Amino acid sequence: MNKVIAVFTKESFLVPVVAIILGLLTGAIAMLAGGFNPIQAYMALIEKVFGSAYNFGETIRQITPLIFTGLAVAFAFRTGLFNIGAEGQFIVGMIAATTVGVSFDLPAYIHAPLAVIAGAVAGGLWGSIAGYLKAARGVNEVITSIMLNWVALYLANWVMNAFFIPTGQQRSEMIKESSMITITWLSQMFDSARLHWGTLIAVLAAIFFYVILWKTKSGYELRAVGLNPHASEYAGMNVNRNVVKAMFIGGMFAGIGGACEILGVFHYQAIMTAQPGYGFDGIAVALIGGNTPLGVVLAAILFGILTFGAAGMKFGAGVPVELIRVVIASVIFFVAAHGIVKIFVKPILQKKKEGGH
Amino acid sequence: MDWGLIISNLVHDTIVFSTALIFASLGGLYSERSGVVNIALEGMMIIGAFTGAVLTYAFQDSLGPLAPWIGFILAGVAGAIFALPHAVASVTFKADQTVSGVALNFLAAGLSVYLTKIIFNGAGQTTTLSSVFTKWSIPVLHDIPYLGHAIFEAYPTSFLAFIAVFFTWYLIFKTPFGLRLRAVGEHPRAADTVGINVKKMRYTAVMISGALAALGGATISLTTTSNFSHNTVSGQGFIAIAALIFGKWHPAGAMGAALFFGVAQAIKSLVQIFGLTKYIPTEFIFMLPYVLTILVMAGLVGRSSAPAALGKPYDTGSR
Amino acid sequence: MSSVKKVVEMRGITKRFPGIVANDNITLSVKQGEIHALLGENGAGKSTLMNILFGLYQPDEGEILINEKAVKITSPNVANELGIGMVHQHFMLVETFTVTENIVLGNEPKNGLQIDIQSAEKAVEKLSNQYGLKVDPRAKIQDISVGMQQRVEILKTLYRGADILIFDEPTAVLTPQEIHELIEIMHNLVKEGKTIILITHKLKEIMAVCNACTIIRRGKVIDSVLIKDTNPDELAAKMVGREVSFHVDKIAAKPKETILAVENVTAMGNRGVNALNNLSLEVRAGEILGIAGVDGNGQSELIEVLTGLRKATSGRVLLNGKEITNESPRSISESGLSHIPEDRHKRGLVLDFTMSENMVLETYFHPTFNKNGFLDYGAIDKHAAKLIEEFDVRTPSIYTPARALSGGNQQKAIIAREVDKNPDLLIAAQPTRGLDVGAIEFIHRRLIEQRDNGKAVLLLSLELDEIINVSDRIAVIYEGSIVGIVDAKATSEQELGLMMSGGKRMPGGGNDE
Repeated sequence: MNKVIAVFTKESFLVPVVAIILGLLTGAIAMLAGGFNPIQAYMALIEKVFGSAYNFGETIRQITPLIFTGLAVAFAFRTGLFNIGAEGQFIVGMIAATTVGVSFDLPAYIHAPLAVIAGAVAGGLWGSIAGYLKAARGVNEVITSIMLNWVALYLANWVMNAFFIPTGQQRSEMIKESSMITITWLSQMFDSARLHWGTLIAVLAAIFFYVILWKTKSGYELRAVGLNPHASEYAGMNVNRNVVKAMFIGGMFAGIGGACEILGVFHYQAIMTAQPGYGFDGIAVALIGGNTPLGVVLAAILFGILTFGAAGMKFGAGVPVELIRVVIASVIFFVAAHGIVKIFVKPILQKKKEGGH
Repeated sequence: MDWGLIISNLVHDTIVFSTALIFASLGGLYSERSGVVNIALEGMMIIGAFTGAVLTYAFQDSLGPLAPWIGFILAGVAGAIFALPHAVASVTFKADQTVSGVALNFLAAGLSVYLTKIIFNGAGQTTTLSSVFTKWSIPVLHDIPYLGHAIFEAYPTSFLAFIAVFFTWYLIFKTPFGLRLRAVGEHPRAADTVGINVKKMRYTAVMISGALAALGGATISLTTTSNFSHNTVSGQGFIAIAALIFGKWHPAGAMGAALFFGVAQAIKSLVQIFGLTKYIPTEFIFMLPYVLTILVMAGLVGRSSAPAALGKPYDTGSR
Repeated sequence: MSSVKKVVEMRGITKRFPGIVANDNITLSVKQGEIHALLGENGAGKSTLMNILFGLYQPDEGEILINEKAVKITSPNVANELGIGMVHQHFMLVETFTVTENIVLGNEPKNGLQIDIQSAEKAVEKLSNQYGLKVDPRAKIQDISVGMQQRVEILKTLYRGADILIFDEPTAVLTPQEIHELIEIMHNLVKEGKTIILITHKLKEIMAVCNACTIIRRGKVIDSVLIKDTNPDELAAKMVGREVSFHVDKIAAKPKETILAVENVTAMGNRGVNALNNLSLEVRAGEILGIAGVDGNGQSELIEVLTGLRKATSGRVLLNGKEITNESPRSISESGLSHIPEDRHKRGLVLDFTMSENMVLETYFHPTFNKNGFLDYGAIDKHAAKLIEEFDVRTPSIYTPARALSGGNQQKAIIAREVDKNPDLLIAAQPTRGLDVGAIEFIHRRLIEQRDNGKAVLLLSLELDEIINVSDRIAVIYEGSIVGIVDAKATSEQELGLMMSGGKRMPGGGNDE
């Protein structure tokens, strides 16, 4: 894990950029193989995103959860953990928000924040299950958190079916208006695109991420544990407590992301047949963003554009939307195997050097 | 209720559901015994399930009952090829093996549905296959009451899986290849100094791993589901990793653990058959294999039996 | 002697690594049947040169002749075919394999498809008898002694038909008695027609066993001499580049009150058996107590118990009369204990933290640096700059990651941090491992300075010379107990060696029962 972090703290900006280009090229090859025109498809993607005020607003809506899940993965990375469970943490955040949103009747200035906090706590606790098992039992957090993703999915469906879904329907009752975080005036500016306060919370979360890790005592400990648990133990830090803490904070980010999807976008929760996928995209976002808060925000914007624009590729060029998953997977692969990327980066760097003389 | 019949059915179903897990965890065994973490088993299974289904579909009209065999074997080949990038990243480029594996899982999930939609005119799943594996009955033995149905009536792939367990045990513990593979996973530098090509061994192991995991995936689409869709594999690759760890990286252990996890799946189908869903919400039954995996992993104390160099790239030129 | 064949000739070998020339135009010539020493400080380039000869690295320039024929050694396989074998400093043995499996690995006798383990074991037994290298062919490596592991390493090269054996710092892990046995084995090997290259930085061994010696300093050959024509002082001067005295100057110790008291401590090791058995010792203010012992006799576990990293199952540890048994590392550290850990990369530093961040690893939460949960990086930087100046740590800046510093400077930084805590007790575990003579002298001076300032110092080292030179009293640890405590001025290497191998117990030992 440290390797991945080191690449981004030391190497130039070029590595992630080249990884993205290689990922898009891989996608292009897949499209050619499928008999599509990749240029036409990528153009359609761009047009979709920037073609109308509504779609542009919806792209922002798409970016928001990716910032949250990206931060969730990145935060755990910094403590040496691979939080592949952002998906599940996101889902339990949704459950908590729906529960609070539907069940209570409170003034808006209490109800909405309470629902967001509920999502944060639920996500945090869900994340700490994997953290606790890692700390106390030495269980690989990757396997437990993947299992927890499925458990969360079925748990969500059960909670909805058992408590919130009127018989014969596929989605819960609407949450109370007092718990919604939609920004109505902004939505109207973007032709009713579903814009909400969650985007602002996401940016604040990124700032929180930075301050916690690089300005506080806790952050010093979390980073030390991530980089060298043996030295941290020697220095008197409680490694296990920091592992759980990192997974809790990471889970919190994802949980808020899930809550905002309910409170700001859908206002109800539907039965899910598959994982929503934000947690998985969060891995790509975190890796491309170098596990830094600014990097995560920038990478989330990019992947938000890609995933939202994928629908445009379907309409504009007939390309199945899953193509974009191939692109994202390839980007993750190239970041992991950054040695491959460096082969492409080297000539560029050398040219720069020669040009400088 | 005839408890004998119920247990006989349970064992029978356990073997059906364990088959894929046995193949996949054996796959994981080769890779991890050579020192390469293989969290990409899930993706390799997906590729196997997809390839097996699509090729069987392509050949079923012309070859009939032979078609699933073609699909099955070529799924193994596809799995080996699909595993290659993981070897390139992990062995040649010394990448973080977990991240590389996760990337391959996503790639498999995306690519398989993408191609399915292209081949089947936008449908998210293949059409139901008309020619899949049918169960074999061992003559005479399958007439034994209860036991016959439980053990001697199974898909040919199940019999193959048990043969693969024995074969793997022999290869890993009795042959020079196995000794060298284990040496590479325990102490690659020691292997290097006696002239064993560490990279070649690891490439070989990862590709065998991909082939076996893909056979496991193909088992699912060619026996239980008779088609391929995005949730054909749904996490069994990760359960296979858990089985490998639970089985202490030993073929027989992995098989035992795979059978154990197979029970969870078998119970799932039994509960549905017996209509117990009135008492237990279906969601909880669906959760069972995953919860069980977490509990088993949490119950294991220490991981001292993992290959010593697992997850560590080997750097020949390091000072 | 000119008629004797040159079995190894390396001419003009140059090997560069990023940022460093490890071997600079090195020439080495070894004659048939001799024991040839390759002498140099840590990091001088000895191991690089031998790794080139063994095919693990490729030289950038130069040529190699084996038995007077030019060769290209592209891999260890080629080296094996040319009859070159290497006994590595860190044994190249698979812990979970048996002795036989390790020896035949890569060259397994076969019976059909499978390994013919019976004939492999017979072959091992035969070689073992022929050269007097006693091993148990069926034992697992993890269950046998370090001395036996080394014999397995030697057998591995003989099994492959090696005529030229490279020994890389072979005595580092052995007791004085085992060293004698090894020297005997080397003489036997030469009698059987083998040639030996011995990599070492220990002058005594060279004088005792070698015929010739090539001295390397900073990647260059300084000289090549015959042992009969030289003496240890001359070799030392050539190795270091100036006159050195390995004698440590110090005034007599003035021990005062007891600072650390360890009373009948028992603790489990990693393998689940007791690593410490009823161990007792005392360290007083103003003295250095050295702990001598063969690696793996409970030294690491003792330090872990003292510093809170391992739980004692019984017994008591008192610091300044206050019980600290099984307290947390932090509370022990805050009670006045500092610890220079034996593995500076594993425990001592967070290599990817800046030097500045590393200098507060144990004190970042103190009010000086921590204001309501927020760290005052200004104060942290100032503190780091002060320590780095005071202890002459050579770093480009306080913001440089610790990883970028040389081993000596990393160790100086750790010592600066630990001494700055102004502890009552300083534990120094292998403080000079892998360092050059300059850094070693610096560290010894600092340890003695602590003692002279009235602090208690507990020194643990596997280098017997270091223990004898630096300590005031020496406690010998064997199988988790102190078997004797002696005055450093009144003891000898022989006496210590005997105790270290369990052959002698002294009344000063802590086991009173």
